[in-house]
Amino acid sequence: MTDSLTHAPAQKAGIFADYSVPDFFCELLNRKDAPPPDLTRIYNRLAKFDLAELRHRAAAVEAQLYRLGITFTVYSDKEAIDRILPFDVIPRVLTAQEWDHVERGVQQRVKAINLFLHDIYHDQAILRDGIIPADLVLKNPNYCSAMVEIDVPGGVYVHINGTDLIRDQEGRFLVLEDNARTPSGVSYVIENRHMMLRLMPDLASGLPLRSVEEYGLRLHQSLCDVAPEGVSDPQVVLLSPGIYNSAYFEHVFLAREMGVPLVEGKDLVVENHRVYMRTVVGLRPVHSIYRRLNDEFLDPLAFNPESLLGVPGLVEAYRRGNVTIANALGTGVADDKAVYAYMPRIIRYYLNEDPILDSVQTHICAEPEGLAYTLANMNKLVIKPVGESGGYGLLIGPQASAAELEDFRNRLLENPTNYISQPVINLSVSPTLCEDGVEARHVDLRPFALTGRSTWVLPGGLSRVALRKGSLVVNSSQGGGSKDTWVLAS
Amino acid sequence: MTQIAFGLSSVLPGLNHLLSRYAESMMWLARYMERIENLARLLEVTEAFVRGPDGHTGWDSIIQLNSDEDRFFSLHDSATEEDVLVFYVTERANPNSIKAMAHSVRENARAVRPLISTEMWMQLNIFTRWVLDLEFSDIRLNSLSSICNRLKQECQTHFGVTEGTLYRDQAWLFYLLGKHLERSDQITRLIDIRYHTLLPQDEKIGSDIDITQWASVLRSAAAYHAFRRLQPVTTTPANVVGFLLKNEGFPRSLATNLSQLDSTLAALAGHRSLRKRCSSLQERVADLRVTLLDQTADDIIIRGLHEYMTWVQSQLSLLQAEVADAFWPAMPEKPYALEMQSQS
Repeated sequence: MTDSLTHAPAQKAGIFADYSVPDFFCELLNRKDAPPPDLTRIYNRLAKFDLAELRHRAAAVEAQLYRLGITFTVYSDKEAIDRILPFDVIPRVLTAQEWDHVERGVQQRVKAINLFLHDIYHDQAILRDGIIPADLVLKNPNYCSAMVEIDVPGGVYVHINGTDLIRDQEGRFLVLEDNARTPSGVSYVIENRHMMLRLMPDLASGLPLRSVEEYGLRLHQSLCDVAPEGVSDPQVVLLSPGIYNSAYFEHVFLAREMGVPLVEGKDLVVENHRVYMRTVVGLRPVHSIYRRLNDEFLDPLAFNPESLLGVPGLVEAYRRGNVTIANALGTGVADDKAVYAYMPRIIRYYLNEDPILDSVQTHICAEPEGLAYTLANMNKLVIKPVGESGGYGLLIGPQASAAELEDFRNRLLENPTNYISQPVINLSVSPTLCEDGVEARHVDLRPFALTGRSTWVLPGGLSRVALRKGSLVVNSSQGGGSKDTWVLAS
Repeated sequence: MTQIAFGLSSVLPGLNHLLSRYAESMMWLARYMERIENLARLLEVTEAFVRGPDGHTGWDSIIQLNSDEDRFFSLHDSATEEDVLVFYVTERANPNSIKAMAHSVRENARAVRPLISTEMWMQLNIFTRWVLDLEFSDIRLNSLSSICNRLKQECQTHFGVTEGTLYRDQAWLFYLLGKHLERSDQITRLIDIRYHTLLPQDEKIGSDIDITQWASVLRSAAAYHAFRRLQPVTTTPANVVGFLLKNEGFPRSLATNLSQLDSTLAALAGHRSLRKRCSSLQERVADLRVTLLDQTADDIIIRGLHEYMTWVQSQLSLLQAEVADAFWPAMPEKPYALEMQSQS
């Protein structure tokens, strides 16, 4: 234990005087290597802050977020309540070397995911070669038969990808899951930076921080890259479920940053298998659609006939190559929690390379050995339903009571194919302003990758923080907040 | 030759891709903000200055002015001060209440949030949240006039922020259409209802109470001091009516707003593919302007003020319907390329 503290600053001072990091990795106070000089500078600047001053600034940030309407909407029975994602004023810092590793790892993973998706909707070589069970892919609820034999521009299925990363006790980055459908949260990355520079200018001053301003431009470029062939000046739109969607702010943000219209399904019309938007000068053609709508709501003719959100005829127009939809349909197979377990093998199969980013060891309860292991070790494992997101319905074994374990065991036995299990990872921590002062809280990291002609990763990403003491769940729906993520340029 | 429209000629860039839904929301955003400002002014003036023949505050005239009799009496037994204030400030069941209109403002503002400036959004966000949280007890606690003043001020702040920050493209033109259409509508309603409340056929004009009441009509339109400067001595019904309808220097007069509607439509028609859509609208506005120009206030009163106001209002509501048909039709037209194909 003393060994792990070797590289902590010699004297914990100021707001860090009472900071204790039991045996977790902490980028700022408990690294495995000597921190680069800029990290030490950030530490020293932070340490000088007065706690009251820090709280004062935190309150100012919160008020500003409300005024600007950087909020997500929670619906109760009758009312719509605007909530902010709690923002912590202490940034999470990554060194240039750490980021280089993450960036290469994410690019590799996105490349493999796109090759995998192309393969399973065409030749299915990976299934014939027995690398991954055919049933897991073909019977997956997210497998989209409308995509079979359809060629997408540039072979890109996942144009926007979010990779959830955690760091273990040793500081090693591990992929927790992929988000290859409609990953959200990127607006917070950019708005958090704006907040930070406005309210903590003294902290960032003079530091070589990688900028996050390019995202909108890059996103627009990627969507132009993949527009249908022969279109010289493609019209890009962002398709949103509308003003009542909880992530509407992010849709507005992205449409604005790209300078393109935010449309709802009712703004689009399909005529002759081409897509148009309704404008005051009549119907105008649309070429690339960044949709923030799940597959099943896109087109009542192709999927859920009850859905009023989508555009009748959109999928057929897409299948004929008259419009590009980003992300493509049927990408949910790639970020499935059970398919995740095969991702290292998928990477080796298509790229003939070792994965740059490790995965968390995963037991698939659909397989007899996986189920047996899980049942025998429930109190040591995290058990997750494969189809859920948002941190719902999972069991953290070591924190569960005997009754909860028993209850979960029954649920697991009822439908083993619905679950996977993983060892509990001692998530890394980051100093966070809490009620009793600055304390260690667990964090994760979601870098965002854009793919058009090539893959670009936004420096940093969304750092989510579990604000409840000891909690490992960072989701906003479960008491999570966020931090600005700083990537040092050198 | 390249001059597109008088005073609005700078509205040119980005003139071709405004979503129909955005145009509709911009128009209604402006209309509702105008309505809230007008209603707040009217409530304040009514409390302070408007008295019925029995000396009581003329709350019931507001109900008449908004043609809300049926809805009001389905929700309330009588037009007491409290009932009227609840109905017009906090009652969500009344779509013409300030709260219900603030809700509409919020929905429209959210719809065009990708388009409007962040300053506009931030102000509307704070404003509408404040209104939506208002309770009747707040009116009691802070006095009606302080609430009304804040409402007016927030609306005026909105118009100022919009003027100073909104990009001048088609969205701006639809916003202006809404604003001037609503002002035209409000001024004619006000004159129509107050004229008959204040000037029953069989009563003598020129008495004390009469002048106070006409002053209150002017105050309801924020016109009192401007009118005084123009007419220091004589306050006659014809003078007041003439000022509110025909004065071209007063920002809320019918003449000013018809002229603004005209130049806004001319700016829209400056875009090649919109010329055809605008022509019948321009025709209707021209007709309204000529009719107003051709008559003196005395003519209007003699020929029947009520009939004239009713006619203007019906023309304005036709105008709104035609704008909707032209720019956000329920059934969109076929795209150009398809029209060509079907003709061959």
